[in-house]
Amino acid sequence: MRRQIPVVITFIVGSVLIISVFIPHKPFGQLGENFSVYFDIIAVFAFILGAGNLLRVHGNRIYKKHKDWPYSVVTVAGFTVMMIAGLFKIGGSPGITGDLTEPGSMFEDLYMYVFTPLMATMFALLAFYVASASHRAFRAKNKEATVLLLAAFVILLGRTPFGVELTSWLPDPLSFLEIPNLASWIMSVPNMAGQRAIMVGIALGVIAMALRVILGVERTYLGADSE
Amino acid sequence: MKFFEKLMSIDRRVIFLFVGVALIVPLFLDIEQTIEITPEVQTLYDAFMELPPGSKVLMAFDYDPPSAPELQPQAITGLRLCFDRNLKVIIIGLWPMGPMQANLALETVFSEENYFDKEPIYGVDYVNLGYSPGNELVIQRMGSSIPATFPRDFRGTSIEEIPLMRGIVNFSNFDYVFNLSAGYPGTVEWVQFAVDRFHARMGAANTAVQAPLVYPYIGTGQLTGLSGGMKGAAEFEKLTGFIGKGTKFMLSQSFAHMIVVFFIIIGNLAYFVTRGREEKKTG
Repeated sequence: MRRQIPVVITFIVGSVLIISVFIPHKPFGQLGENFSVYFDIIAVFAFILGAGNLLRVHGNRIYKKHKDWPYSVVTVAGFTVMMIAGLFKIGGSPGITGDLTEPGSMFEDLYMYVFTPLMATMFALLAFYVASASHRAFRAKNKEATVLLLAAFVILLGRTPFGVELTSWLPDPLSFLEIPNLASWIMSVPNMAGQRAIMVGIALGVIAMALRVILGVERTYLGADSE
Repeated sequence: MKFFEKLMSIDRRVIFLFVGVALIVPLFLDIEQTIEITPEVQTLYDAFMELPPGSKVLMAFDYDPPSAPELQPQAITGLRLCFDRNLKVIIIGLWPMGPMQANLALETVFSEENYFDKEPIYGVDYVNLGYSPGNELVIQRMGSSIPATFPRDFRGTSIEEIPLMRGIVNFSNFDYVFNLSAGYPGTVEWVQFAVDRFHARMGAANTAVQAPLVYPYIGTGQLTGLSGGMKGAAEFEKLTGFIGKGTKFMLSQSFAHMIVVFFIIIGNLAYFVTRGREEKKTG
């Protein structure tokens, strides 16, 4: 029963959502709408579950003094402070009924001066690692790697004013060889063709997987004990 | 260790130093850059310019602070262009932090004194409806009823009390959709639902990493235009005449690209020289 009821619900919801795309009239259109609203309700429980799980996992790590437990203290403290600042709208006027993002509110300040710089710093580190990894791994070891390397070169240079200057001396009949034009061609012809192939492949895969789930053939989403 | 072998295994801290200098120094330089306009950004700009004053533009902020260096300048330029042309802006976010980024962009736009003849009024010229969970399902619900999907704005005001939202029911009431996206949910989902299903007219600004993924939608006309990464931001700024951080940061990015190219070249040079020697040794 624990396995059959979710499979039946999935079948009904999945079928109605597919039918509602092709027949957007009563009752399917309305049912499709309702099912998408149910997502919100489920999402609320997921948020609570997620927050609870985060506190449980990190609380456990702190309590048992696991390896790197001070990081868990930072996580729990960050979560708690941000949640209190957001829920009670501290610093904003007129308090709890006011605007969450009012200038000067604690939530706004935390977002602006703590959260944003921290996330931006993490992402900015990528630039350094990409440069280092490119030096080590980007080698013209075979034909395919050479093509990839040349394409990357053209795109990298074509995205800069230097790339424009490098080949701007070419005469008009050869303007198609200018680096920005080559970069544009790579993006709009080989890249587009490749992306289309990937998109079609993904779409076919999604259709096949969705059918498997709706028809109950694929049951891994039910958990480990689902046969 | 021989010279070329040393070049093959340069200490990563040396590379980091070069990249750091390449990123920081240009911020203090004032060098004129040649920014060529690509067709994708030109058509994006044209789509905005074709909208008559009073048209309603839905701006979806689907990104968070890590992507802000690339997308925030595009958001600021888009907002400036809308206010400059007296277009009405309705902001939403499929990412929880999107509406916050929108507020920051608005703050930047309004911080320029005497920029507008008449400063845009909240609720009349623009509104921030905030974030709604549900990813692409939010777009689907917006296709049926926007008031039901966003019953209150980001400040908690009922949508019925907002003059700008009167008469807005679904996508047919928007003249243009402008999506700023850094991943999922983002431009792909907006095209699949808002454009394909509800026939919205749409343009997008994406991070440089994501832009190649949505190029097929330009070829088919599902996207009217696309501004990708810092380069797109600089082009968009050049077209609109509002020169901002996109153009300024472009210089840093250009230097960083050159450093990456330089290290790739010396890496390959060293690789071929050392490989040649090894082949000679083995006969």
